[in-house]
Amino acid sequence: MVLSERDNHLIAEIQDGLPLSSRPYREIGRRLGLSELQVIERISALQDGGVIKRMGIVVRHHELGYTANAMVVWDVPDDQVDSVGEKLGSQPCVTLCYQRPRKLPEWPYNLFCMIHGRERERVLEHIDSIVASQGLEQLPRKILFSGKRFKQRGAKYR
Amino acid sequence: MDDTDRAIINRLQESFPITDRPYLQAARELGIEEDELIRRLQSMLESKLLSRFGPMYHAERLGGGLSLCAMRVPQHEFERVNEQVNVFPEVAHNYARDHEFNMWFVLATETPERIGSVIREIEQLTGCRVYNMPKEEEFFVGLKLEV
Repeated sequence: MVLSERDNHLIAEIQDGLPLSSRPYREIGRRLGLSELQVIERISALQDGGVIKRMGIVVRHHELGYTANAMVVWDVPDDQVDSVGEKLGSQPCVTLCYQRPRKLPEWPYNLFCMIHGRERERVLEHIDSIVASQGLEQLPRKILFSGKRFKQRGAKYR
Repeated sequence: MDDTDRAIINRLQESFPITDRPYLQAARELGIEEDELIRRLQSMLESKLLSRFGPMYHAERLGGGLSLCAMRVPQHEFERVNEQVNVFPEVAHNYARDHEFNMWFVLATETPERIGSVIREIEQLTGCRVYNMPKEEEFFVGLKLEV
């Protein structure tokens, strides 16, 4: 999707959040010199074009009690990455699932997924049940729990 | 946080209407008044339960760069390196993890090319290697955390 200068202004204007008032798109339009309808049309187009993944709430995991956050990494044969990735991605507790490059010899893992939970024990049980139900016992894996969070901010784009 | 807050979080992690009265529409689905929804969102943002309320962008489709990077930092140098890394505005978040690869951070840059140059700057400043692990493929997930 090709972005116009107007799209870029709109993207920058709403990146920190939507106005918390009854007609948020009208208010954005007022700031940018656009009509409410124009704002609604462009935001819809950006969402349809995949530039906006979705609108809505972005939570803070820790503050919601999801303090056990595990990055589970797997060493999957290249020709099985797609099928294993799709299996993992469809698990309800998996919030991200990506293929990434190996860094041999130190880092052999090429499939990463994030699993969030309230307690470490529960997260581990969950991982065990995924491994068993999806038949992933043969794949080398490591579980990296997060320790301290040093920085969290949304990315800035414009 | 009560049941209504939880219902709001669960519902509005999925989507938010793009119409002239989006709060009204979402509030009706949740069985509450528009001004109550707005007030509760305001309060959950202020108490930092929510990080943001608005768009979640696809960085690459915006023309930006995004990558996950890892470092193996000797324990006694961790604090120094961590401070040096966090100074970079391109570092979006940074977590310690319990592994030999103990520092994990996300770089978000204005252009894809900038990822490589920020990595070189971090390596020069800290004296530690940065392992760049950009995503090669994304498998579908819901981007949602039930509360």
